[in-house]
Amino acid sequence: MSFPWANHYQPKAPLMRWLDEKLPLPRFVYNAVGAGYPVPRNLNYFWNFGVLAGFMLVVQILTGVILAMHYAPNALVAFDSTEHIMRDVNWGWLLRYGHANGASMFFVVVYIHMFRGLYFGSYKAPREMIWLLGVVIYLLMMATGFMGYVLPWGQMSFWGAKVITGLFSAIPLIGTPLQEWLLGGFAPDNAALNRFFSLHFLLPFVIAAVIILHIWALHIPGSSNPTGVEVKSESDTVPFHPYYTAKDGFGLGVFLILFAFMVFFAPNWLGHPDNYIPANPLSTPAHIVPEWYYWPFYAILRAFTADFFFIPAKLMGVMAMFGAILLLFFLPWLDTSPVRSGKYRPLFRKFFYLLLVDVFILGWMGGLPAEEPYVMISQIASIYYFAHFLIILPIVSSIERPEPMPFSITEAVLGKDDKAVLAPPGSAPAPAA
Amino acid sequence: MAQEAIIETPNPETGGGAPDGADDGVRRRDFINIAAVSFAGIGGVAALYPLISQMAPSADVLAESSVEIDIASIQPGQSIKAVFRKQPVFIRNLTPPEMAEARKVSVDSLRDPETLGQRTKPGKENWLITMGVCTHLGCVPLGAAAGEVKGEFGGYFCPCHGSHYDTAARIRKGPAPTNLEVPEYVFNSDTVVKIG
Amino acid sequence: MVRIFGILAGLFFVAALSWSLATGAYTAITEPASPTAEHEFYKHPKHLALASDGVFGKFDNQQIQRGFQVYKEVCAACHSLRLVAFRDLTQLGYNEAEVKAIAASFQVPGVDPNTGEANTRPGLAIDYFPKPYPNDIAARAANNNAIPPDLSLMAKARHDGAAYVYSLLTGYQAQPAKLLKEFPDSKTGPGLHYNPYFPNLNLAMAPPLSGPGQVTYGEGNPQPTVDQMAKDVSAFLVWTAEPKLAKRHQTGWPVLLFLIVLTGLAYLAYQNVWRDKKH
Repeated sequence: MSFPWANHYQPKAPLMRWLDEKLPLPRFVYNAVGAGYPVPRNLNYFWNFGVLAGFMLVVQILTGVILAMHYAPNALVAFDSTEHIMRDVNWGWLLRYGHANGASMFFVVVYIHMFRGLYFGSYKAPREMIWLLGVVIYLLMMATGFMGYVLPWGQMSFWGAKVITGLFSAIPLIGTPLQEWLLGGFAPDNAALNRFFSLHFLLPFVIAAVIILHIWALHIPGSSNPTGVEVKSESDTVPFHPYYTAKDGFGLGVFLILFAFMVFFAPNWLGHPDNYIPANPLSTPAHIVPEWYYWPFYAILRAFTADFFFIPAKLMGVMAMFGAILLLFFLPWLDTSPVRSGKYRPLFRKFFYLLLVDVFILGWMGGLPAEEPYVMISQIASIYYFAHFLIILPIVSSIERPEPMPFSITEAVLGKDDKAVLAPPGSAPAPAA
Repeated sequence: MAQEAIIETPNPETGGGAPDGADDGVRRRDFINIAAVSFAGIGGVAALYPLISQMAPSADVLAESSVEIDIASIQPGQSIKAVFRKQPVFIRNLTPPEMAEARKVSVDSLRDPETLGQRTKPGKENWLITMGVCTHLGCVPLGAAAGEVKGEFGGYFCPCHGSHYDTAARIRKGPAPTNLEVPEYVFNSDTVVKIG
Repeated sequence: MVRIFGILAGLFFVAALSWSLATGAYTAITEPASPTAEHEFYKHPKHLALASDGVFGKFDNQQIQRGFQVYKEVCAACHSLRLVAFRDLTQLGYNEAEVKAIAASFQVPGVDPNTGEANTRPGLAIDYFPKPYPNDIAARAANNNAIPPDLSLMAKARHDGAAYVYSLLTGYQAQPAKLLKEFPDSKTGPGLHYNPYFPNLNLAMAPPLSGPGQVTYGEGNPQPTVDQMAKDVSAFLVWTAEPKLAKRHQTGWPVLLFLIVLTGLAYLAYQNVWRDKKH
């Protein structure tokens, strides 16, 4: 679907006209991310991050396919082949640091993209499917990132593989056989390394496929915007190209400066020294932590220290960790406020910022050793995390009194909208057009 | 064309009959767009360089591009197979009759005319050093190891498609187009040869 | 419906967490964690300034050559450097003949061409630094049950690796009286050496550097004091851990400058495209 005023693809050159008849790929691109896609005119810089995430996936696939040309997924040589890439392969250090830091940058971008969705209510009707597909992408990314971190076969790789697959052993009855099945052995070794490599290569292409669905679902209602008010007329929108291609180009430039700085000047800043020690199944590093992008969930996992009635603490932690992600699937139905944007929701806004701080604290605690007072802080932060999504949001959305909203995007931008009649303050916005 | 692609939206200033002053402004602004897109293009092309050059031989492979071989123990009439750049190289200590036979051949009658002298180093014409790679399709010819068939001309014989090489490793019969390749080498001393 | 289940699930997690929190708090009050000697007496690495530091860092080949000399004459007796090949030394300014001579001064594992038995032969430029022990068991047996770690990546395999190596090498000292008073059970055991820069304070490695006379630096170099040798070998290990560091910095600056110009242009183009659209 598109808005009736969308530009129509009209190829001028005979070749393009011929192509349009045989395979209308240019038309498809034109309507998807070209001048044929009308987008609200008031998108702010937070709307850049979707494009940046797509860009990072391309970077990861490109550098990853190349690294796979030089890497050997065998426990005997995996570590050395990684160092071979760093030392002997032409520009190997750039490709590997690019890929390792690329994973971090991908998560940075995706986290900002997700929090943007949370603040501006992008998960709400009619865009639930976009959000659901986004959560699927996020889960796939976490699996891919975890398996990729195992590949260099350093100490953190090995113990990460052991601990994360150990989570499954918490499941009653089938836990231990399941862990052995996942690893293809009793501890991580060749079998695990080979299957992780295979899946690490495969999953990004699955992610790419889900991203296509994500964008497809986006084009049905069209992009949301900071006011949360749906597009009403042509003056509310601009064509994606050149307006947002230009803005995304600038955003990409700023992002690349940061990315390049990390790769060239601080490539190990987000890594862990222990992963430069070859895997040793007989000795655990003093302080094992996953990559930073898992830290909030790692903190939740470790926050459960006491058995809860008949549920062992370990199982409780695993359930909570997966629950913390899976609850995002229910978000569109937990927050039922008809107002989308946090801009007009005074109470929601306060809790949103609290959540932001809370997730930062969880992340911080997740990276620290499991000692007091860090465990207690993680417990308090985890309580807020679950309370925010499962208790506070449903209650806030029924008791909150939203602030007056602009009638249209045009009015929000220009201060007035000649064609529009001002909505009475406090009234619910018109349903999506 | 590029300008059109960049500014496709209705633009009041370019919408025909603009005053001259405004026209200059438009041209300057278009220039910025073109410059930005061209710069991005340059960056994209530059980024391809590492992505392409990573496939070229790596430093450890290049380090093996020359090899030193001790030839002291090779008696006349014997030969060895050494490894040079992951391929066999034949080092053969020719006997005087073998050298005589190689010199006897009329060079003009050869498919790839070369004398024994051209294929060896002066003063060390008994040392025939060639790649052990048939110039037809890359098989390893027989004749270097003791007891192997040496072919009709007493040199090497490639069993894949029946190429026969003589005692100077020159092609005499069969499909191979040229003589066995002589790699670059120097004698570091009477007993050590450096290939590559 | 989703909301009711959500609130119930939320209450469940909140209750379980509160229970953990209460239990944890109770334990923390009734059984406060007792301090440990490692916790109280461990010291973070001393400051070490090297030419390779910072975003403009590059290698000081002269210092790294000195560090290599220390490695070769002191450390190599016990520590391997298995990821570094002799050919890599050309990056430090040694010419091919020198590299060949250095390689030949090491015995590397080989095979007797006549009998097929394992033996040793002089190293070639393409060989990697040989390991001092044939395997971990031999290394353990020769070193009071502690395996001397490989040093190739040491500067990246510890927090603040170069400074850690420097601090460790210069940090040997007698056990403080205060420590023995507070933790009488923590007396450094036989065959161990007290070093506050080592995470558990007691190190199996005896102080390896003894001062002038241990190695002889060439003309125009500083005196090989313990401090100087420790600095030099740390600089050498920065190079072995990341031989591409200087090239990385050299490539980084043009890339960054290009991106800044590109982003500037992209900003102007963005303003240009949007100039008549309020947003």
